[in-house]
Amino acid sequence: MPAGVVPMVRIQRQDFDIAAEIGRLTEGRTDVGAVVTFSGLCRDEAGALAALELEHYPGMAEAEIARIAEEALGRWPLMGLSAIHRFGKIAPGENIVLVVAASAHRQVAFEAASFLMDYLKSRAPFWKKEHRVDGSEGNWVDAKDADDQAAARWNSSR
Amino acid sequence: MTKLVYFAWVRERIGKPEEEVFLPSTVETVADLLLWLKARGEEYENALQYPEVIRVAIDHEHVDHREKIAGAREIALFPPMTGG
Repeated sequence: MPAGVVPMVRIQRQDFDIAAEIGRLTEGRTDVGAVVTFSGLCRDEAGALAALELEHYPGMAEAEIARIAEEALGRWPLMGLSAIHRFGKIAPGENIVLVVAASAHRQVAFEAASFLMDYLKSRAPFWKKEHRVDGSEGNWVDAKDADDQAAARWNSSR
Repeated sequence: MTKLVYFAWVRERIGKPEEEVFLPSTVETVADLLLWLKARGEEYENALQYPEVIRVAIDHEHVDHREKIAGAREIALFPPMTGG
């Protein structure tokens, strides 16, 4: 792992500023050649969804994402890595999660951001509950096998 | 005493976010804990009907159901995660 790269992990209720988070990894340096950002947003599910309620396990959420980020830093030569996950009630169109990976070259940044998201989805202790537009009791979102499979592919490919 | 914490539909079905319990010495593993809890009442039976789907963390780290729970300060029970 490159010396001195410390992942930044934040769990917060408020929104984040993507440009500011990119700047945090690139300002004052000239060696970064690639920054990949992924942001996940709340969908309205064809107009049926009023909001998602994001519940999390305080303490473990930070710790688990930090463990995943450290794993990414061990696998790829990154120059910076950030992850922000929101909690609370989030309306369609709003941000839920952000990953920013900085490196000298794009492939490393793409792969690290993808890895972090795949692992975050299957291991970070967050749960989504739906609030429906029609006021009916919303369901807890079911975990998808596809997300576990997406995380598992990183074990076989490297 | 051991602190148990619950999240998402496990919390809703059990009807409380956390509790302190005194675990009998026969409860050695996570699997034992789930069976013991399930027998504590209707709400626990309802939450833990399919214990194999319940995910467990000890002191903020994921563990599997064979893990020994001796020395655990906080044990969390929750459904598969849906963040991101």
